[in-house]
Amino acid sequence: MSYLLSTIVFLPLVGAVLVLGVPGDRARKGVALGTTVLTFLVSLLLLVNWQDTPEMQFVERIAWLPDLGVDYYLGVDGISLWLVLLTTFLMPIAVGYSVLYVRENVGIYMALMLLMQTAITGVFLALDLVLFYVFWEFSLIPMYFLIGKWGSERRVYAALKFFLFTLAGSALMLVAILVLYFQAGTTDILALAERGLPNPVAQLAFVAFALGFAVKVPLFPLHTWLPDAHVQAPTAGSIILAGVLLKMGTYGFVRIALPLFPEAARGYAALISILALMGILYGALVALAQEDFKALVAYSSIAHLGFVMLGIFALTEQGIGGAVLQMVNHGLSTGALFLLVGLLYERRHTRQLRAFGGLWKSVPLYCFFLLVVAMSSVGLPGLNGFVGEFTILLGTYARWPLFAFLGTAGIILAAWYLLTAFRKVAQGPLTDPRNAAGVLPDLRRSEVALLVPLVVMFFLIGLFPNLFLDRITPSVAALQARWDDVQTVSVLQVER
Amino acid sequence: MLDYAWLVLAFPAAGALLNTFLGGSLGRRAVGWLASGAVALAFLASLGLFAQLMGLPGHERSVTVHLWDWIRVGTFQVPAALLVDPLSVTMALVVTGVGTLIHVYSVGYMAEEPRYQRYFVYLNFFVLAMLVLVLSDNFLGMYVGWEGVGLASYLLIGFWFDRRDASYGYYADAGKKAFLVNRVGDFGMALAIMILWTGLGSVTFLEVFAGVEKLAAGTLTLASLLLLLAATGKSAQIPLYVWLPDAMAGPTPVSALIHAATMVTAGIYMIARTYPLWEAAPAASAVAAWVGGLTALLAATMALVQVDLKKILAYSTISQLGYMMLGVGVGAYAFAIFHLITHAFFKALLFLAAGNVMHGLHGELDIRRMGNLRARMPQTARLFTVGALALAGFPLTSGFFSKDSILFAAFERSPALYGLGLFTALLTAFYSFRAVFLAFWGRERDPDLFARAHESPAIMRGPLWILAGLALAGGGLNLPRVLPLLEHWLEPAVGALEIHAGLGLEMTLMAVGGLVALAGIYLAHARYVQEAAWAQGLAQGLAPLRPLLERGWYVEDLYRAAVVEPLWALARFSAQVVDRGIIDGTVNLVGQLHLLASDGLRRLQNGLIPTYALSLFVGVVVAVLYFVFG
Repeated sequence: MSYLLSTIVFLPLVGAVLVLGVPGDRARKGVALGTTVLTFLVSLLLLVNWQDTPEMQFVERIAWLPDLGVDYYLGVDGISLWLVLLTTFLMPIAVGYSVLYVRENVGIYMALMLLMQTAITGVFLALDLVLFYVFWEFSLIPMYFLIGKWGSERRVYAALKFFLFTLAGSALMLVAILVLYFQAGTTDILALAERGLPNPVAQLAFVAFALGFAVKVPLFPLHTWLPDAHVQAPTAGSIILAGVLLKMGTYGFVRIALPLFPEAARGYAALISILALMGILYGALVALAQEDFKALVAYSSIAHLGFVMLGIFALTEQGIGGAVLQMVNHGLSTGALFLLVGLLYERRHTRQLRAFGGLWKSVPLYCFFLLVVAMSSVGLPGLNGFVGEFTILLGTYARWPLFAFLGTAGIILAAWYLLTAFRKVAQGPLTDPRNAAGVLPDLRRSEVALLVPLVVMFFLIGLFPNLFLDRITPSVAALQARWDDVQTVSVLQVER
Repeated sequence: MLDYAWLVLAFPAAGALLNTFLGGSLGRRAVGWLASGAVALAFLASLGLFAQLMGLPGHERSVTVHLWDWIRVGTFQVPAALLVDPLSVTMALVVTGVGTLIHVYSVGYMAEEPRYQRYFVYLNFFVLAMLVLVLSDNFLGMYVGWEGVGLASYLLIGFWFDRRDASYGYYADAGKKAFLVNRVGDFGMALAIMILWTGLGSVTFLEVFAGVEKLAAGTLTLASLLLLLAATGKSAQIPLYVWLPDAMAGPTPVSALIHAATMVTAGIYMIARTYPLWEAAPAASAVAAWVGGLTALLAATMALVQVDLKKILAYSTISQLGYMMLGVGVGAYAFAIFHLITHAFFKALLFLAAGNVMHGLHGELDIRRMGNLRARMPQTARLFTVGALALAGFPLTSGFFSKDSILFAAFERSPALYGLGLFTALLTAFYSFRAVFLAFWGRERDPDLFARAHESPAIMRGPLWILAGLALAGGGLNLPRVLPLLEHWLEPAVGALEIHAGLGLEMTLMAVGGLVALAGIYLAHARYVQEAAWAQGLAQGLAPLRPLLERGWYVEDLYRAAVVEPLWALARFSAQVVDRGIIDGTVNLVGQLHLLASDGLRRLQNGLIPTYALSLFVGVVVAVLYFVFG
């Protein structure tokens, strides 16, 4: 048994302790950045040693609470692989941004970032519900402090709202875990999936888990904590919040809600898909009306995660496969958008769109990156977002053609709000002297270095998505086999 | 050689990349010539493909060049592959051929432009995307190019992103409008692809075509109509044509290349490319034919009253694309492509000549302020007139043959459509020569402007003479009955049109077409040069129609009132009232109620001690941490 997964999970924890131990902000920043980079490099070993199988790999299992039958149980498959790598990839970027711009309480800040990384990767790798739950709850605390301490004006309100919302969701989840434990006598996720559960329990447990996950995603109408949290959070917090923390919710659906309760999932699929569609259309419209750039990006997240949810609950191979890829795409694109909003905020200390205009003239490099990132988010074919979005919609069409129609309408709105933002920031005349060339500095090399890896990934996923999909789909196919009637239906339609 | 088909794409890609990263240190001219050279090499590579295909027997002239596996999710499998066949190679030749000329012209036209480097990067990127569009062997690859050219168009329309004027508003808004209107069309294409894949399990052209008969008629018609929606976006047809007139805010060579010669023809190309679908969905074809015919007429009426030289050409482009749409709609795919090619020649010529006028008049485009310009820019005047002759369908010019082919094919299907097209031809001849006479003939209406007017440099005339030659002689590509070269060449890709009518009828229709063109030109001459009393009287009689035409039949107003404004209002209402008010208000209210009712709730939830224990524990930890660090 290798300890690769534990290393990936706990290396940041070690880094957090080190950060608090070393003297001086420079050293603390160095240790934090070094830890995240090292963790990323270590996590690449997953790819190097990857086996083509739908099964769990790199499994670690140690008895943890033997009296209760609860194990410390980690494993990775095609569904969690890219989410782990997304986390280890985004973390050096978020920490790198913080190295440039965080000045207060650097040690604690960095330690919290690293703790959060441990919690998040733990969630993605845990194969025991209790362990999953512990990591899940644990991820709350660092984010709560990051928002509450390093956030903007209304940070305390936003932090508390974030905390209470998620706590309410996870309380339900805890109940469900206990019920499962008493019913089935185990908290082993894979075993529970294999065993299946009697119906009334499965229905209730599904609802409890779904609510807990839906808050995190967030699914309409449970989303209102998100704009507050994002607008108030420090930039690196937003990158991680949007980039990976929200994926804990969508991942929860794929890892737990679907395989443990396939019948219930199918029963609720239509309802959840409708809410996902609401998120796509409503989130996009609300984004359009935002005057704060960061709020706009936050609402765009709701719309994008609506696509992910739509794909998951299409319960087809394309839907779920596209959704898993789209989780990664959203992490990259929205992470990059928050990064760019943050860079602008550091320069002008405002996020109001009307404070800008004509920036393409004064900061062309910045605007170039803004354009590329916006296009990735819009789902321009050739870049990453398109592959996920299209595959999701294709998978949705097979089950619910009407939903695919409505979801596809969402891609029009996505272009509308993002091009409107780009129009307000980069285009038009340059009127405010504070935005003038020479006054407003363009991107520094260190900032470009944070953006380039993201842009490279846009193109890599956009042009060669099979590098990613080929590792995702075997696991998704195994999962989807539970609802494989859909393919039969479409074949019948052809014969007719 | 066919294995090297990717070279066609590699040259403009390399040009765009080299200019992006090295353009800053290359010097202005070098950037322009590098970009032009890249497209010229792509043209040569396309010629190579053409020669290769010519060497094969007709039925083997369809070669798939696999590049890599692009997307694979279970049974959804999409290759990145090129389909080299007569249709795609013809399109590649037009794109790179006309593209090269316009790149060279741009070296002169944009010589004073500070963002020279960015301009040529965009232009090369456009050519790349357009080649991906026409060469892809499957729907999704075509979609990549389809949205790619949309991005290039967006960037180039808003190239002067900080400018505004009375005619276009903010140029950046014109670009945004183009992208968004096209996205409405793209919605159709995305859904059509989903429908076809769900039905047939493939998105590759040849596999889809092979399976067409397996699809239910309704499904096929729906997919075709959705594709038609996409085509009306890209090719500026009813109902989505509204972006193209505003697109003239972009630099004039861009209007020539993207918004006249190539990109806007993508919808026509797409329908010709997918013709087996349309053959099997006659209802959708009929809709396409009527959309084309009506667009041709509607746009021509709007062109009658424009005073901005480029906008006349823009409405004329919409109208001519309407002819092409009519052509594919009646199943005359080869004729539509024929008109696409000749139109690329003469409309690029007209736009570039308009660019010379603009250049020589320091940005002025209002034809009411021009007059007698042939005295100041004689070559440009001749070049523009050649373009106008071809556009008007003057006998024996390229436009004469290609337009008449389409009208002839329409006559066989529907005399009503033929009538529509013929009447439009009269309007076309009139408005093109209205522009010629007002701009280049008569007296100078603005002496100051006239005095400062000058001819353009050689680099801005040379490419035009080549285009002028093609605009005059391009009909030779497909002389009906005598030498139908293009029809034969395209037959393996778009099938053959069955023609039942006899030679006599065809000759008669051709003569009618020629006479109509002459009549239109004569009418314009009477009205604007002779200023004959009867022509003035006719104009007086029609004057009440003028406001209607100037407002573009109120279509834009309708869209604004019925679509754009309501959506904005809904967005604001959702953001302010629904989201912050209702949903978030409820959330906060629940939070407060919970505090009030916590006593009662505690009793109810007594059984769930672990929840409480944990919330309490977490709460305590949080509180402690907050007091320590906060």
